[in-house]
Amino acid sequence: MAKDILRKPGGFMDTFVYKPGHDKKNTHYCPGCGHGILHKLIAEALEDLGVADRTIMISPVGCSVFVYYYFATGNIQVAHGRAPAVATGLKRANPDSIVISYQGDGDLAAIGGNNILQAANRGENITVFFVNNAIYGMTGGQMAPTTLVGQKTMTSPYGRSVENEGHPIKIVELLNALESPAYLERTTLEDSKNIAKTRKAVRKAIQCQIDGKGFSLVEVLAMCPSQWRVSPVESKKWITDNMVPYFTPGVKRDVIDEREGYYPERPEIGSETILELLGLRKEKLFRDRSMSDVPEKYRNPQIKVAGFGGQGVLLLGQTLAEAGMRYGWNVSWIPSYGPEMRGGTANCQVNISEGPIGSPVVDFPTILVALNKPSLDKFEESVQPGGIIFYNTSMIDRKPARTDVEVIGVPFSEIADELGNLRFANMVVVGSILAKTKLIEMDIVKDALAEVIHHKKFIEPNIVAIERGASAV
Amino acid sequence: MPKIVVQIDHCKGCGMCIDACPQKCIEEDSDVLNKLGYHPAKYKGEGCIGCGICFYTCPEPDAIIVYKKDEVA
Ligand SMILES: Cc1ncc(C[n+]2csc(CCOP(=O)(O)OP(=O)(O)O)c2C)c(N)n1
Ligand code: SF4
Ligand code: SF4
Repeated sequence: MAKDILRKPGGFMDTFVYKPGHDKKNTHYCPGCGHGILHKLIAEALEDLGVADRTIMISPVGCSVFVYYYFATGNIQVAHGRAPAVATGLKRANPDSIVISYQGDGDLAAIGGNNILQAANRGENITVFFVNNAIYGMTGGQMAPTTLVGQKTMTSPYGRSVENEGHPIKIVELLNALESPAYLERTTLEDSKNIAKTRKAVRKAIQCQIDGKGFSLVEVLAMCPSQWRVSPVESKKWITDNMVPYFTPGVKRDVIDEREGYYPERPEIGSETILELLGLRKEKLFRDRSMSDVPEKYRNPQIKVAGFGGQGVLLLGQTLAEAGMRYGWNVSWIPSYGPEMRGGTANCQVNISEGPIGSPVVDFPTILVALNKPSLDKFEESVQPGGIIFYNTSMIDRKPARTDVEVIGVPFSEIADELGNLRFANMVVVGSILAKTKLIEMDIVKDALAEVIHHKKFIEPNIVAIERGASAV
Repeated sequence: MPKIVVQIDHCKGCGMCIDACPQKCIEEDSDVLNKLGYHPAKYKGEGCIGCGICFYTCPEPDAIIVYKKDEVA
């Protein structure tokens, strides 16, 4: 399809509206930058293949972090090196879209090395354009995994040495060791003949995805005149002389024609299914309520619950947070436990607040629940003056020493034992907290319990434990 | 006759097109300093064969327009 006029391709936005400043027609790249050349080839391919309106471009971290300024596609900018993982999610959730991951060598081969390896190995039906300019451009010219032996950079001032930094990574050869990829090619931008080959490769890689043939990646040897410290025109020769002998261009893998196209259906997961998968109930009890009927000192509590692993510390915190949500309050819950599955120590930190919660971390609780002695020893000092300490007299043989806090001792474990199971101790605590603070009402906590306890037969005994805890204070 | 048009204020004066043109019909315009602060490329006015090489070697989206045939110009 020969065109009579060659001009800015339709895959670009007409005006770069997301680009700040008054210059909305030109790129942010240095004069002579290879990124610009590749951008044009991609923009042209998207237009000619007629897929721009269903393409999602992923901007990496690096000089091309602003890919999203330019392309008339869906755009997303992602964390350093993680584009293949994001691309996986985008493509699987939207199989009809064309997902393009655009990445530099620092992004793809250094911090994102395993990301690209796994995506290629899964054979994700995505297209990756990998710009290899043998350097970290954006951050000021540091050594990249693809920096050439002997190449001087900011962080290899005497030149890369094999002894110290090993050999440059050949990404397409590395990926070619995997069974899954459909198409892998290395091209270069060193002259017009090779730009034409790159143009073809770009189209082929996108077509590969359109046809459902699986993973495609084109590694493009591209110039970075600024960090190589050569003129734009000299940078072409720099590729020829330095990069091409080591990074040999060519098609390394092409099994496109041997494969059947795979066109998965768009997964339809409605909110009902999500609730079901997560085991969440649809019907919940909600009640508008302000904290004004809660005694002032108990409002907006910051709670720390600590004990042995297995004492139900985490579930206790979850129950309180779930209940708080039912009043429309803000809540947070973070667990913290050691590596041991049983024994060891565990604690959780819960905020329940009418206003926004700044940090979910509770270093200085207003309510401390200590279920064993090490927890009391460790956290007693951290309780805010005027706060409350609930402590488990069944397992702690001393009274808290603090006199500026309210201290409530309850034999939580013994009560639970009387009820037939030591593991109910956590719910006895919930009952005591409810009765003491008036923060949460009984019907609300029962409803919350049904959310956090998945085995229905345990709900009733836990309610009994809550009631016993309430009458114990 | 084919020809190119350089959109002066979209050119960064990198010289890639000048170097790549097989007909050597593009030059640097040292008389002009554009809005970006560069001496832009300039078509010498004749010699263009409409090959499009300068277009694909130019990193800027909108700096060069190539008219391959006369009548569309
Ligand atoms: C998590 C994280 N680590 C480090 C950085 C710093 N950083 C920004 S760009 C970059 C490397 C970019 O190099 P490359 O991917 O080759 O792209 P280029 O700039 O050369 O186009 C690094 C290390 C960061 N932004 N985020
Ligand atoms: S530093 Fe290098 S990679 Fe970055 S914009 Fe400039 S030339 Fe391009
Ligand atoms: S027209 Fe493009 S390639 Fe030519 S000097 Fe200007 S920016 Fe560089």
